[in-house]
Amino acid sequence: MDFTLPNFAPAMPEIFVLSMACIILIVDLFLTEHTRVVTYLLSLITLIAAAVLTANLDTAEPVLTFSGTFINDSMAVVLKLFIYLITFVVLVYSHNYLRTRQLYQGEYFVLILFAVLGMMVLVSAHSLLTIYLGLELLSLSLYTLVALRRDSVSASEAAMKYFVLGALASGILLYGLSMLYGVTGSLDIGNISSHISTSIATPAEHSIVLVFALVFVLVGILFKLGAVPFHMWVPDVYHGAPTSVTLFIGTAPKIAAFAMLMRLLVDGLGDLHSQWQTMIIIVAVLSMAAGNIIAIAQTNLKRMLAYSTIAHVGFLLLGILSGTLNGYASSMFYVIVYALMSLGGFGMIILLSRAGFEADRLEDFKGLNQRSPWFAFMMLILMFSMAGVPPTVGFYAKLAVLQAVVEADLVWLAVLAVVFSVIGAYYYLRIIKLMYFDQPDDVAPLAAGFDMRLAMSANGLAILGLGLFPSGLLTLCARALNP
Amino acid sequence: MIALSDFLVLSAILFCLSMAGIFLNRKNVIILLMAIELMLLAVNMNFVAFSHYLGDDAGQIFVFFILTVAAAESAIGLAILVVLFRNRRAINVEDMGSLKG
Repeated sequence: MDFTLPNFAPAMPEIFVLSMACIILIVDLFLTEHTRVVTYLLSLITLIAAAVLTANLDTAEPVLTFSGTFINDSMAVVLKLFIYLITFVVLVYSHNYLRTRQLYQGEYFVLILFAVLGMMVLVSAHSLLTIYLGLELLSLSLYTLVALRRDSVSASEAAMKYFVLGALASGILLYGLSMLYGVTGSLDIGNISSHISTSIATPAEHSIVLVFALVFVLVGILFKLGAVPFHMWVPDVYHGAPTSVTLFIGTAPKIAAFAMLMRLLVDGLGDLHSQWQTMIIIVAVLSMAAGNIIAIAQTNLKRMLAYSTIAHVGFLLLGILSGTLNGYASSMFYVIVYALMSLGGFGMIILLSRAGFEADRLEDFKGLNQRSPWFAFMMLILMFSMAGVPPTVGFYAKLAVLQAVVEADLVWLAVLAVVFSVIGAYYYLRIIKLMYFDQPDDVAPLAAGFDMRLAMSANGLAILGLGLFPSGLLTLCARALNP
Repeated sequence: MIALSDFLVLSAILFCLSMAGIFLNRKNVIILLMAIELMLLAVNMNFVAFSHYLGDDAGQIFVFFILTVAAAESAIGLAILVVLFRNRRAINVEDMGSLKG
């Protein structure tokens, strides 16, 4: 039996992040509270170096390695680079937050790096096995991160709910994957896809089982994305987790979930598009409706942003369900833009918080303009962008997915989406009203450090800048899917 | 000779039992963890049956990975359960209602 070494080069960034996470775990043992900044800096350096390694990979055409279980293509590279960028900013935002709350432990950084590794594997997965392993590495790290604040009742409750529902979703997804394996006889996504396209040409008795598998797989994916009716965990987890963890859960994993959707539904089950399109239409409409309407009733900003996430997931699905390359590119644009906006939104809560004060209620934003006009302006940009008001990038993200939906001859769906986003504008504008037209209850100066202020300003200005010049990112997404 | 469908029916029954265990259980969180384990085992049964029937080893290798991940998953689940118990002195499912809205 001959054994040849697989080509390790396409997986260099993963191998590097894994080694660094293990090294940081050990280095952290020798550090004290005062020297823990070394862990923080090492984590940042890991992300930068991984970005350099990833950017240097050759993606002229997709490269398969490890017996076809791992793929490196231009979509993987672009999504991974954004995952590093967002995680980098998450770490910068949470640094001071952790220090003032006895959460400044090495575990936080190591778990985030392992979650990043899980996302990288998920993004590059080309087999049901790698999809499952990447997803579990990501999810298990996130469950633990939510429970990181051990003395908090709400955090442990949120962690338990997240764990049970997340494990349930993994179980359902796995059941679907086992059916898929049974019908197609392969774990490889390329083989599954070619098997389905030949079996569709000749109607076989397999097709019922195939749809059965599709439903289970779809439920699993939608659970991870947090789409209605599988959204129950989102508000509780966002609310109960420490804000620095909510910041992470609400941003980078969405990009990974998008990649999972692309790999399984589009690459693997693309020929069943007519079957899953209807299911996704229903889920998208329900998500946009429930997310936008329930968000109006919230008084906690983290909960409100959780419901807004659900609504944004509905929009994200619009691009996917159109089933065209253009639609997939618009969804990819949407998910990247959404991750950047949500990074800013949760970052703002961290910016306003200080030791013993979480700033996660809507009234904590009252009169922010009098306390800090610059950051009130940043929040204004972020809220306008989430609502989809023109000079910001959120507008172009919505425009792109709506165009894709109209091109797919689903004009009614586009109209419905616009109506729901108008309803959604209400609760975003309410925050702007609180910031600019109400008197502050709390006049303490902002406690955020210089690095936090700089990152927050860059984040807000990026939303504005991308809104003024959206074509660069749009072509990047289009080229990533169609090299 | 046991047919493939017999295995699939058995695994479907196990899967439904575990779903019922998760949704009907109102008392104890540990039962939820057991139901989750049962769900993964139902999937394993599916994979092994298909793997044998198709004559393809990949399914059985997948089962090894699922077993390993399930072990990690239950370790994390029990750890979260301990944290929850320390904070509340109870592990009733019905008590988990402080986050609402």
